Amino acid sequence: MYTQGLDQAGKSDPAGAETKAQLDAFQARVDAEEKIEAKDWMPEAYRRTLIRQISQHAHSEIIGMQPEGNWLTRAPTLKRKAILLAKVQDEAGHGLYLYGAAETLGISRDRMVADLLSGKAKYSSIFNYPTLTWADIGAIGWLVDGAAIMNQIPLCRCSYGPYSRAMVRICKEESFHQRQGYEIMLTLCRGTDEQKAMAQDALNRFWWPSLMMFGPSDAASKHSAQSMAWKIKRFSNDELRQKFIDVTVPQAEYLGLKVPDDKLRFDEETGHYEHSDIDWQEFFDVIAGNGPCNEQRMAKRRKAHDDGAWVREAARAHAAKRAKAAA
Amino acid sequence: MTPDAALIRYVTRLGDNALVLGQRMIELVAASPELEEELANANFALDYIGQARMLYTHAGEREGQGRNEDDVAFLRAEHEYRNLLLVEQPNGHFGDSTVRAVLFESFYVLLLDALTRCDDEGLAGIAARAVKEVRYHLKHSSQWLVRLGDGTEESHVRAQQSLNDLWRFTGEMFADDEVDRIVRDEFDGPDLNVIAGQWRQAVAAIVGAATLEMPADGWMASGGKSGRHTEHFGYLLADLQYMQRVYPGAAW
Ligand SMILES: [Fe+2]
Ligand SMILES: [Fe+2]
Repeated sequence: MYTQGLDQAGKSDPAGAETKAQLDAFQARVDAEEKIEAKDWMPEAYRRTLIRQISQHAHSEIIGMQPEGNWLTRAPTLKRKAILLAKVQDEAGHGLYLYGAAETLGISRDRMVADLLSGKAKYSSIFNYPTLTWADIGAIGWLVDGAAIMNQIPLCRCSYGPYSRAMVRICKEESFHQRQGYEIMLTLCRGTDEQKAMAQDALNRFWWPSLMMFGPSDAASKHSAQSMAWKIKRFSNDELRQKFIDVTVPQAEYLGLKVPDDKLRFDEETGHYEHSDIDWQEFFDVIAGNGPCNEQRMAKRRKAHDDGAWVREAARAHAAKRAKAAA
Repeated sequence: MTPDAALIRYVTRLGDNALVLGQRMIELVAASPELEEELANANFALDYIGQARMLYTHAGEREGQGRNEDDVAFLRAEHEYRNLLLVEQPNGHFGDSTVRAVLFESFYVLLLDALTRCDDEGLAGIAARAVKEVRYHLKHSSQWLVRLGDGTEESHVRAQQSLNDLWRFTGEMFADDEVDRIVRDEFDGPDLNVIAGQWRQAVAAIVGAATLEMPADGWMASGGKSGRHTEHFGYLLADLQYMQRVYPGAAW
């Protein structure tokens, strides 16, 4: 995981050095579905939009390790422990891979990490919710990785080559995570009453935050048009959200769980589910730092970074000694 | 003790080492000094959990009373776990967990190598697989110890302190008991006296490369192999067993 349709577009060409001919030629390449590569000319705003989106995505992978890591020591069986550990390791790998993709655009990983730690950079709001029971691990795999896939499958065709290639690889693993999460839910729902109640409670708490992962509604999404034109984005936030709901509601029914939305109903005419309005105030609160776990997640990340400072320094000093000895 | 009973205990003990160290490493997830290390730590912890699963399954099968890997892993009392005290020690800082890894893995890799030649086919097979993993872990942890020892003044001091602090848990690895002796004699298992010498040489080489000093052999702590643990262990078990204890008999 996980991009979120925050659509923070980069500022366009501050120096005004980009000519119309350059911009037109660029757009023509994008329209022809050519991949833009790191060394190619690109508008400054395109570069900045991508840096912001890819680094936000990378940060989300890293912060996302925390809510799931919360159940690693307490996983109920050795097999589940191993599967969850492998998943968390995958997410670290996604982070590494995405930082690498962002670096091709001319920003260093250190800079991106500094922006995360200072609070300047954002990460997906979903990771600011707590994992209170084992069922939350199932719900995250099923819903959060599921929503991530919806978001990211179109990104496999993103106009920027390094990002699109990263997405192809990452999506394969996310779909694996999604199935594992659903399998946890299925096991719980076929288990004892206590286990079923645990699964229902997890769905109740993660349903709405999962829908918010697709970002603000199209009406409130200012920068979507430009991202669409650049083929960074292929579908609107609401389109992807609808697709997710349409796929997920029948899965919940199969589990015997109730989606926590009284207005949810299938519209035969449109072929889509109708749903209640989303509490956007909660979304903007969490994005602004006021979610249940924002402080905790950032504090843990900062502590890991600070505690590791002497270690990274030692590694640098040792490498310098080696280089000197070899010279 | 019958040879079979000794072997089952021996294999379970190996499983306990792997599980407990794996569990400690899992506590480090999302707390590593850098992202590459995050991946390595998770990867190695996964190896240890995998080894514990194979070892417990093997012990359960030899025992023949229908216990599976989870029964063995989760449903024993504290004194029935027989891991080395070294692997249950808290993570501390990165120097502590690195030294713990170096000291244990240099022992474990020798033990596994010897076990690949033992008379119990199942155990020999598991050892053959595990020894490759642990060789790689040891390479990684010893490289880190060298970086820390031969890094900055601060890291040098910290690494030396970690080494001094954890040294007292190394004696237990080589103090053989009835179980070790029966497995050595009846199943052509490892001779801990031989391994002790090899271990000392291997560790001295790493410590030297790290520009650190070998600590003096003072008083050695022991008890893990007979089920008397340090105070830290109960908390590790409380986490590990939580779900199985709160929801007995449920399938997950
Ligand atoms: Fe991911
Ligand atoms: Fe994932």
